[in-house]
Amino acid sequence: MGDHDRAKGVTRRSFLATVGAGAAGVAALGQAAAATGTPPAAEASDMLQVTLAVNGRRHRLLVEPRWTLAFVLREKLGLSGTKVGCERGECGACTVLIDGQARYSCLLLAVEVEGHEVTTVEGLMRGEELGPVQQAFAEHDGFQCGYCTPGQIMAAEGLLRANPAPSRQEIRLGMSGNICRCGAYAHIVEAVAKAAALRRGGV
Amino acid sequence: MRRGGLYWLDGTEPQAPGAASGSEAWGSTAVVGRPMPRIDAYERVSGTAVYPSDLVLPDMLYGAILRCPHPHARVRSVDLTAAASMPGVCAAISGSSPEADLRWSYTRQVFTKLFDPTCRFEGEAVAAVAAQTPQQARDALRAIRVEYEVLPFVVDETRALAPDAPGIAESGNLVGEPEIYTRGDVAKGFAEADAVVERTYRTACELHVPMELHGCVARWDGPRLTIWESTQGVFPVQQRVAALLGLPLSRVRVIGHYMGGGFGSKLGADKYNLVAAVLARVTARPVKLFLTREETLRCVGNRPPTTMRMKGGVKKDGTLTALEMEAVGASGGYPAGGASLVDWVVRDLYRCPNVRCESKDVLTTTGPARPFRAPGHPQGAWALEQLLDELAHAIGMDPVALRLANVPEMSQGRGNRPYSSSGLRQCLEEGARAFGWAEARRRPRGKGPWQRGVGMAAGTWVAGGGGPPATVIVKLFADGSANLNMGASDIGTGTKTVMAMVVAEELGVPLERIQVEHADTGTTQFATASGGSKTVPTEAPATRAAALEVKRQVLELAAEELKVDKADLRLENGVVVHRTDPALRKPLAKLAGLRRQGVVVGVGTRAPNPEDVAICPFAAQFCEVEVNRRTGEVRVLRFLAAQDSGRVMNRLTFDSQVIGGITMGIGLGLTEQRVLDAGQTGRLVSGSLHDYKLPTMLDVPADIVSLPIEIPDTRANSTGAKGLGEPATIPTAAAVANAVFAATGVRVTDSPITPARLLPLLAAARKES
Repeated sequence: MGDHDRAKGVTRRSFLATVGAGAAGVAALGQAAAATGTPPAAEASDMLQVTLAVNGRRHRLLVEPRWTLAFVLREKLGLSGTKVGCERGECGACTVLIDGQARYSCLLLAVEVEGHEVTTVEGLMRGEELGPVQQAFAEHDGFQCGYCTPGQIMAAEGLLRANPAPSRQEIRLGMSGNICRCGAYAHIVEAVAKAAALRRGGV
Repeated sequence: MRRGGLYWLDGTEPQAPGAASGSEAWGSTAVVGRPMPRIDAYERVSGTAVYPSDLVLPDMLYGAILRCPHPHARVRSVDLTAAASMPGVCAAISGSSPEADLRWSYTRQVFTKLFDPTCRFEGEAVAAVAAQTPQQARDALRAIRVEYEVLPFVVDETRALAPDAPGIAESGNLVGEPEIYTRGDVAKGFAEADAVVERTYRTACELHVPMELHGCVARWDGPRLTIWESTQGVFPVQQRVAALLGLPLSRVRVIGHYMGGGFGSKLGADKYNLVAAVLARVTARPVKLFLTREETLRCVGNRPPTTMRMKGGVKKDGTLTALEMEAVGASGGYPAGGASLVDWVVRDLYRCPNVRCESKDVLTTTGPARPFRAPGHPQGAWALEQLLDELAHAIGMDPVALRLANVPEMSQGRGNRPYSSSGLRQCLEEGARAFGWAEARRRPRGKGPWQRGVGMAAGTWVAGGGGPPATVIVKLFADGSANLNMGASDIGTGTKTVMAMVVAEELGVPLERIQVEHADTGTTQFATASGGSKTVPTEAPATRAAALEVKRQVLELAAEELKVDKADLRLENGVVVHRTDPALRKPLAKLAGLRRQGVVVGVGTRAPNPEDVAICPFAAQFCEVEVNRRTGEVRVLRFLAAQDSGRVMNRLTFDSQVIGGITMGIGLGLTEQRVLDAGQTGRLVSGSLHDYKLPTMLDVPADIVSLPIEIPDTRANSTGAKGLGEPATIPTAAAVANAVFAATGVRVTDSPITPARLLPLLAAARKES
């Protein structure tokens, strides 16, 4: 990200220095900073300006370096379709696409995704119409309480972009990073298979 | 039957308010019973559904709670000074803050303080802060200095009653007296038996882990408090918060339109509601307070760990002669029904003249239990249904045949009251047939390291008939579209959709023209919490009554306009039609009377249940597993659930409930256990979702068959439906354990059946043979 970020006034080095106190690997970083005469580390709560590309829109905002992408999407950009269930990369409720790949947004810092394309469940809509994966989840009742569902849908979207015609076993593997406590898995498999057909233009 | 054992009854005898309530049972139905996608599917899959944790209000702060790191401790002092001056911090409160000097009760009998000096479990609330961001709130928690006097702990239910166990309550660690149930004479029964089996079983503590974290947003508007809460019941939360804050119900509004799962852990108010209300009060700003996952794994309930000593006697022909159970379950730090309903399946599932059950509820220094999807029943079924399997084995009988030989005609646990309907026999017979039970049992285990086997178990649920109180309002608008207003929460079971289908059935209004307004104490009608598998059998008859009342008024208006007797008119697909003269017809939207009024309002209530019958759902589940004899891994290959829950209201969401119940039951049987450091610290070891293993898609079979045994229960209520959500998970874990036995010859008595538990048992069995 180096050059790209420098142009916006955030160098990788100053970002890491900002994360500063308490973070792992700080000792080595601190030495590097001292050697090059970088200014003292900023407070963790100091704000940095970032530009995020989410669902095709660019958002310029001030963030704390420690804010996760999930937090910024939900609490700062009003994109609450992305859910949080554990905030430590264990449940998958916060799954979004980064450059088309499914990622846990609770394990990404907002500052890390500058220069990358973020897609959330809201970004799968075609205006007010559901996208094919969303439509398949609705038809096959691939959810119950619906809280893990946006994450499941984004995991399915990521899977189908990489593999447009997955087998049942590939679906099960591809979706196994997303927990559904209501236990809708059997219907989720059906929904993803149907979504694959819909995306290929079938019915 | 014990009223106290049913968690939604608060010591009062429920009664329906006066309004239209009675109606004839349905014959065939046009809409009800069909597989219908949910009416709120769009909101849930598009991301537009706003769950309480999604809410961001103007000027909102974030709250966080400091929790005791010890399983048992006394708080000597709390110093908030440093925390209060941290960046972004707007309020910090503890037990010595006058605003936070509130009472709390984990149980009706025992009152503590909101921030009580005594902490009886790891995770008890000690102090709280509100800050501009959640990160700043967490920073501030770390700056609070607390001095604890650490007290001795006991976290194991089997150790809690030992003479040297540390005392938790002044009255000792036994909650009340042991609950004893007897009928007949078990000694005589065991003497008559040809085979007697005795064994102790245990289920590990299971955690609810709904995907939406527990929490709320609280906002004051002068003297009025609004709480957006992730809850199964907005009214119980309202009642509790109002009582503890000393406010009239009219000044506390609780809203919970969407909620991300509860499974019994979100039936009422929690301490965080009061904390959020106090923080919002002192800062005069809205406060969002959601727990972290780590907090929820400690503080918001569990299915208690349960140890069950079982003894059963059977004659060679399969007649059960005696059943005995001694159960110990752990409430946690405060009385919370630690052994509640564990013995119900022993009392009621099979015909048996001689039964004795003794249940002890004990205190341990762990988070208090909460009702968890069929409280007590999956534990009891784990023990009883494995015991039945052993008895069948002992007399060389097919386990299905043994159960069929003991299907009860009446509810013996309720003094031989007849069931309103019972499909237990059909569940067993038709389930076995559809699964291919007899053929599957005959197939050899296999020669390689993977060996296969089939198992089954049955179940019943103590409740599931629903009952008063419930009030529902249906409004018909001038254009013939409708609004359904009910207070019940849709916890993911499809309640809103089922109720809309009931309205569609009666009024002929298509689902897409019905708006549902629900789960808001300010604008919807009183309902009990959605739990107990009672929401459909409670709310659906009330909804039907409301729709029928609308229909009655509409036919009256139409009779006036068409100048005919209203008895000659009927409503068909949104059109009023004359019974004998089809030319006399009037679409709803053309009714001048309706246009003049603007709306027709029908109020429906839930009629009382018949008193002379027991209304219970039944189930039989069958599964096939593969066990790797070298690694101890268990793979569930397929499952079939035959469920008698009366009329099927929506086949699609019915199947979802069954699939979900089986998935959760596989978790209880194979993967889930709360692990505590019983020796050194008493603290939680399985404190994340990597360590507390919920089933993932790879842990459950793709092949799950839902086989409804549909017997509309005309005695139960006007819709013929019984509850489903809980019965679907009662036999599951036991069926898996029985299949593991069939595959390996090894009886695993303790849940979950992990490789670490199974491997030594397989090794021991190899040595023996």
